[in-house]
Amino acid sequence: MATSGDLGGKGMRGLRGGKQRYSILSLARNAFSHHENWERAWRSPEPKSEYDVVIVGAGGHGLATAYYLASQHGVRNIAVIDKGWLGGGNTGRNTTIIRSNYLWDESAAIYEHSMKLWEGLSQELNFNTMFSQRGVLTLAHSEHEMREMTRRVEAIRLNGIDSEVMNPEQIKRLVPIIDTDPNLRYPVMGGFIQRRGGTARHDAVAWGYARAADELGVDIIQNCAVTGFLIENGVVKGVETEKGTIKAGKVACVVAGHAGVVAEMAGFRLPITSRPLQALVSEPIKPILDVVIMSNAVHMYISQSDKGEMVLGAGADSYNAYTQRGSLNVPEGMLAAAVELFPVLSRMSMLRSWGGIVDTCPDASPVISKTPVQNLYFNCGWGTGGFKATPGSGHVFADLVARDEPNKIAAPFALDRFTGGYLIDEHGAAGVAH
Amino acid sequence: MLLIDCPWCGPRDDAEFHYGGEAHILRPRDAAALSDEEFAEYLFMQQNPKGPHLERWSHAHGCRRWFNMLRNTATNEILEIYPMGEKPRSEAGKAAYEANWRRGSAAEANALSGESS
Ligand SMILES: Cc1cc2nc3c(=O)[nH]c(=O)nc-3n(C[C@H](O)[C@H](O)[C@H](O)COP(=O)(O)OP(=O)(O)OC[C@H]3O[C@@H](n4cnc5c(N)ncnc54)[C@H](O)[C@@H]3O)c2cc1C
Ligand SMILES: [Zn+2]
Repeated sequence: MATSGDLGGKGMRGLRGGKQRYSILSLARNAFSHHENWERAWRSPEPKSEYDVVIVGAGGHGLATAYYLASQHGVRNIAVIDKGWLGGGNTGRNTTIIRSNYLWDESAAIYEHSMKLWEGLSQELNFNTMFSQRGVLTLAHSEHEMREMTRRVEAIRLNGIDSEVMNPEQIKRLVPIIDTDPNLRYPVMGGFIQRRGGTARHDAVAWGYARAADELGVDIIQNCAVTGFLIENGVVKGVETEKGTIKAGKVACVVAGHAGVVAEMAGFRLPITSRPLQALVSEPIKPILDVVIMSNAVHMYISQSDKGEMVLGAGADSYNAYTQRGSLNVPEGMLAAAVELFPVLSRMSMLRSWGGIVDTCPDASPVISKTPVQNLYFNCGWGTGGFKATPGSGHVFADLVARDEPNKIAAPFALDRFTGGYLIDEHGAAGVAH
Repeated sequence: MLLIDCPWCGPRDDAEFHYGGEAHILRPRDAAALSDEEFAEYLFMQQNPKGPHLERWSHAHGCRRWFNMLRNTATNEILEIYPMGEKPRSEAGKAAYEANWRRGSAAEANALSGESS
């Protein structure tokens, strides 16, 4: 497995510029003025006519890319442009599960690279991302699944990543509210846990990267859709936007569900399908669940937020759509499975449900790549499971954009794998939906 | 949630249906004659428009028959339903069919080569 070298060694470690640091002292100080004088976390600049790098998409991945381009590669003349508000795409809609327990070496390398960055991220950004390594437990409901899982655990451990197989008794001890009755339609036959896995606060990740990137001079331009590209002789020269033409030395697109639409503006195709993925939260209750639980077989995953809501998600809807809402039968089926496994949930009210548009690839692995247009780069295809990869994806993508050459971690995810045939099939580990 | 008008059973909830993906993809007759790029394009690249999309559905939990459908992926509006083996008749359907890059692709030319109709 490729390793990530010196992670964040050249990172910012808090803020270098003039921004006020967040700390217990600043909290106390601002309490005296009724929290009315907090400095703005980022500016809202008008776009300049030209940048060295324009990043399209101010989700977590785009903002992380900007931050690492500025902090690790010294690129300072950067704009991040979004058609909506920053973090309003899948970054602000996901169920925040973080883990690095993938099957293949290539995936292990990138997701574990990300995990290591998560472990220091709140300090690095001086922003509490509420990263909580509460453990991610994946259930098995048949003997076959149990054997597959054991094999996957061996592969994961060979890559130096933590994972342990658990039997039903151990699971019951860890999760008292789970029903381990062997007579269930889908009985709990066992499972495996990655204890370093967990969750983070999705908005905080976008806001933390935005604030730190802004601190390094990155212009974040919201409510400004990119509508086309300036391309001369196969080389990108800038973008057309709702606020006019912006010239750029390089353009990096990180637009998730809209990857296909944006690629078409640049005149090439991607092996990506955009589909709705739904999630829901319940009313808040007292703490009853302190790990994340996923089940691929019954298409259900669940965790409890710090506010006390049960956060639940299902598999993606089957059909292509950009509607940011899916069909009701998908969450219905998921809730039926959840109630069977956790009978305590049967009387709970669900407060909100929503959808995001996820960009799925044929091999359930992402695309981090150069494109047929020179100086135009794409990072997409994270589908149902890219939140966990936010720091690692931004880190290696920044490196690709800066050097015009993929590093060891990014290289396997280039677009040419679909012609060469070297697919990274993670349908097993990408599993349900994240 | 979609309300799909099965040509044989009438309007039914989409939970009864199975989505079959993009319609009108022809399988190359002589795949070995295609380059890796041409074959990858046939196999992996998909229409992913934000707008009218030609697709296949089967009424899996009903009559189990297949049909083609034109749906706007930005609104979920169903614009046309027509039989398998036929081409769309509505203006929007014809436009979507013609705009599809597969029409000029090597894989489709290969699939059609030697075909009598
Ligand atoms: C319901 C749900 C649950 C999920 N659960 C998990 C999970 O538990 N764990 C996990 O790891 N992953 C999960 N995911 C996946 C994860 O959310 C995504 O993979 C990840 O957040 C993608 O981040 P991003 O920054 O690439 O995309 P986004 O946050 O979607 O950002 C893309 C941005 O591009 C902008 N954009 C699009 N088109 C244009 C344009 N033309 N011009 C300008 N801007 C444009 C959009 O407005 C958007 O803000 C889930 C996703 C969903 C929907
Ligand atoms: Zn029918």
